[in-house]
Amino acid sequence: MSAFNAIGEEREIDRDEYTPGVEPQPTWCPGCGDFGVLKSLKQALPEVGKTPEEVLTVTGIGCSGKLNSYLDTYGFHTIHGRSLPVARAAKLANPELEVIAAGGDGDGYGIGGNHFIHTARENHDITYIVFNNEIFGLTKGQTSPTSPKGHKSKTQPSGSAKTPLRPLSLSLTAGASYVARTAAVNPNQAKEIIAEAIEHDGFAHVDFLTQCPTWNKDARQYVPYIDVQESDDYDFDIHDRAEAAEMMRETEDVLNEGTVLTGRYYVEDDRPSYSQEKHAVGEMPDQPLAERYFDDDAEWERSYDLLERHT
Amino acid sequence: MSDELIWRIAGGSGDGIDSTSQNFAKALMRSGLDVFTHRHYPSRIRGGHTYVEIRAADREVQSRGDGYNFLLSLGDSFARNPQEEAYYGNEEIKPLSENLDELREGGIIVYDEGLISEEDVEAVNLHERAEENDWHVFPVDLRGLAKEHGREVMRNTAGVGVTAALLDMELEHIEDLMSDAMGGDILEANLEILHEAYEMTREEHDFEHDLRVPEGSHETEQALLSGSNAIAYGAIDAGCRFIAGYPMTPWTDVFTILSQNFPDMGGVSEQVEDEIAAAALAVGASHAGVKAMSGSSGGGFALMSEPLGLAEMTETPLVLVESMRAGPSTGMPTKPEQADLEHVLYTSQGDSQRVVFAPGNIEEAYEQTRLAFEIAWDYQIPAIVIYDQKLSGENTNVDVEFFDRDPQPDLGSTLTEEELREAAHDNSGKFKRFNHEDAENGVSPRSIPGQKGGRYLATGNEHSPVGHIEEDPDNRVAQMERRLEKLESIRAELDEERDSTQTYYGPEDADYGIITWGSTQGAVAEAIERLNAQGHSVKGISVSDMMPFAEKEVTEFLESVDEAMVVEMNATAQFRGLIQKELGRFGDKMTSLLKFNGNPFEPAEIVEGYEVNLADEDRQPTAQVRIEPAAGD
Repeated sequence: MSAFNAIGEEREIDRDEYTPGVEPQPTWCPGCGDFGVLKSLKQALPEVGKTPEEVLTVTGIGCSGKLNSYLDTYGFHTIHGRSLPVARAAKLANPELEVIAAGGDGDGYGIGGNHFIHTARENHDITYIVFNNEIFGLTKGQTSPTSPKGHKSKTQPSGSAKTPLRPLSLSLTAGASYVARTAAVNPNQAKEIIAEAIEHDGFAHVDFLTQCPTWNKDARQYVPYIDVQESDDYDFDIHDRAEAAEMMRETEDVLNEGTVLTGRYYVEDDRPSYSQEKHAVGEMPDQPLAERYFDDDAEWERSYDLLERHT
Repeated sequence: MSDELIWRIAGGSGDGIDSTSQNFAKALMRSGLDVFTHRHYPSRIRGGHTYVEIRAADREVQSRGDGYNFLLSLGDSFARNPQEEAYYGNEEIKPLSENLDELREGGIIVYDEGLISEEDVEAVNLHERAEENDWHVFPVDLRGLAKEHGREVMRNTAGVGVTAALLDMELEHIEDLMSDAMGGDILEANLEILHEAYEMTREEHDFEHDLRVPEGSHETEQALLSGSNAIAYGAIDAGCRFIAGYPMTPWTDVFTILSQNFPDMGGVSEQVEDEIAAAALAVGASHAGVKAMSGSSGGGFALMSEPLGLAEMTETPLVLVESMRAGPSTGMPTKPEQADLEHVLYTSQGDSQRVVFAPGNIEEAYEQTRLAFEIAWDYQIPAIVIYDQKLSGENTNVDVEFFDRDPQPDLGSTLTEEELREAAHDNSGKFKRFNHEDAENGVSPRSIPGQKGGRYLATGNEHSPVGHIEEDPDNRVAQMERRLEKLESIRAELDEERDSTQTYYGPEDADYGIITWGSTQGAVAEAIERLNAQGHSVKGISVSDMMPFAEKEVTEFLESVDEAMVVEMNATAQFRGLIQKELGRFGDKMTSLLKFNGNPFEPAEIVEGYEVNLADEDRQPTAQVRIEPAAGD
């Protein structure tokens, strides 16, 4: 029997199953928005019927990187900016795993920016949650790629001269098939969006606004949120790439000016995920790669047969 | 009759030199000879002077040899404007003019009259030089012949036909190989050209030369393999089914071979955005339960430093291959060097440890790649196979029986779900994956995501037994000590339970020694043979275990000789430095012979280096002698 057939058990999954025992306690600062991500993940996972052993959470470095220390799934806490390539490969190796990658705005949009673009482009079937607090937290308050223009920090004492990155527009342009933004102060929406992102078959990018009470008190994360889909002022088709792009552009232009819009921006249901594309061109085996190693009947082709072309 | 043929085919990059020579080498191998190929090419896609040498003899051939005795010079067709046929640039003649220095006395030259004009030939004093050196020159209109019966590109086939006629070879093996490789009109045309060139040469020319193809005597079937083939097949047999990479010469060959074969055997290949991603993907796939690898050449490997350290800290098994080319920085993309040794041994932060093997020939490349996988998965440690552009591209024949061994799908130190039930867990149900209390040889067995009862956190931070970030001093020391124990255990296993990965040459009781590593092995082996035949007393060791270092064997070797010369293709004596660092002595017993001009050692250079370095009684014992052959080598 395969070791990977844990999926599909009919039972209620308690969110406590995702919480480790007494240790370790989160080391995030009191009031940190990261608690919100942890909470919504713990709520979303049982809702989509995943047991802790079917889930692999892959994180980068930073406050966000500690997410899987406090979440009782299989976890891989990687290095700065590299959660996505690790997560992609784990999913290709074992498509039955539910792979969730997470990182911060510095981690994911800065040092890991290249991986972000390419993971979106390839539309890997993974969920990517970016803790966006517009600041480097763990390294003590430096300007990040999403910090507003003019943002002053110890490393940008005169104020940042750079236009902030637009994460939603970027991932949409690169090819993500699910793009949403939510916020820690909006727990109901956050839970729903994360559950949806996990169930989405393709690259689901969730820009998760998290407040940093220690280093970024001026950030806009405390203002009231408007759900872009529930407001009559914003009428657009989330399945329409062009309309979504337009809405994102508007939203991201004003993100640092007072109005914060969250919600689903783009959902593309019919685009095949990367591994489906790979199956289609004959580059992926039918059986999960990882399973072969536990299957006594799997045929292990050998280079001996390949030698014929060299004789 | 000469005892060996060294055939050089020269032309422009992109003119089909490589495929033609590959076929010809195979034909020689099928006639029962041992063969060795050496490829010289510029860092450009089309045009520019390139050549391939095939050395064939009825005995083991381990290097390209010194010089050569047959030149088939095709001219650089890319030096012509294909539309107007107007000649531009000065490269058309290069395949002839650039190759004359190393042609042996009495050698044969065939050049393509259709591409190289009589005027050009006179300009390089060919006739004068031919007389001085007793060369036999055969101008043939290969291009015209090819055009007449097919297409211009088939002039290579005409050249092979002429070669076969001049060397008195049967065409049988060449015909067979052509039929294997092509069909239809193309095959017809090629066969026609081959025969026409063969017959024409026999009719029109008198052969005064005595160069013939030696008679081969192989009784068992041989396969002609490059180092890249050997590494790729070693990985396949080791159970590797995932590769991620980014193209970079010369590593691309291994990447390509596996990408082409994996789909048929249930494997996955990923070409990704950069080398950091490539190595990180290999780590991710390995973590999820697949034997995975990545690789690169110097510059790309530099980017892998980070994920390499991550693999060490998370104890994720991983194999990386590093195919060296001349550096620093982008260096010389198509030229070999052995100057990334320290880069590979010590890159990545902290007290970082990995296993490093440096195969010296095709068979070792296959075996040590397998070994790298086995050790990586048994000990949950990254293993690196370091080789170079030379070994990567050279082809030699290997007895097919050598490869007849079992495939290895075993994931090493990985628990089954049944075993996981019995394993230690903490009170929240997490598996003590990094348990240091009852670890054997430093290895704490692992679980694979998805397995029941195996939940844990893998992290690049220092961690507790279940994987939580943990900076407690006692835990830190216990985890470090456990991880450090792995290398000692691997050393013990390599010394006690396995055949040596080091290779020895020459008489055991010799007075002097030559120490080398990697692809320089073949030239050293041949030099040692010659030196002993000349009455010197020399033996050699080619070392493959770089980390953990082959301490015992190198110590014994150095103790047994009066003095030793370390031969390597770099300017800073990196391997000699490693020996001194690892053994802490013998500094006054060793001297270096270094070469770093982009071309591999030839046996004669090592013989010469030995004479200067060891045989000369007045020399300074630790002098580093650098052999720099004439430009154009």
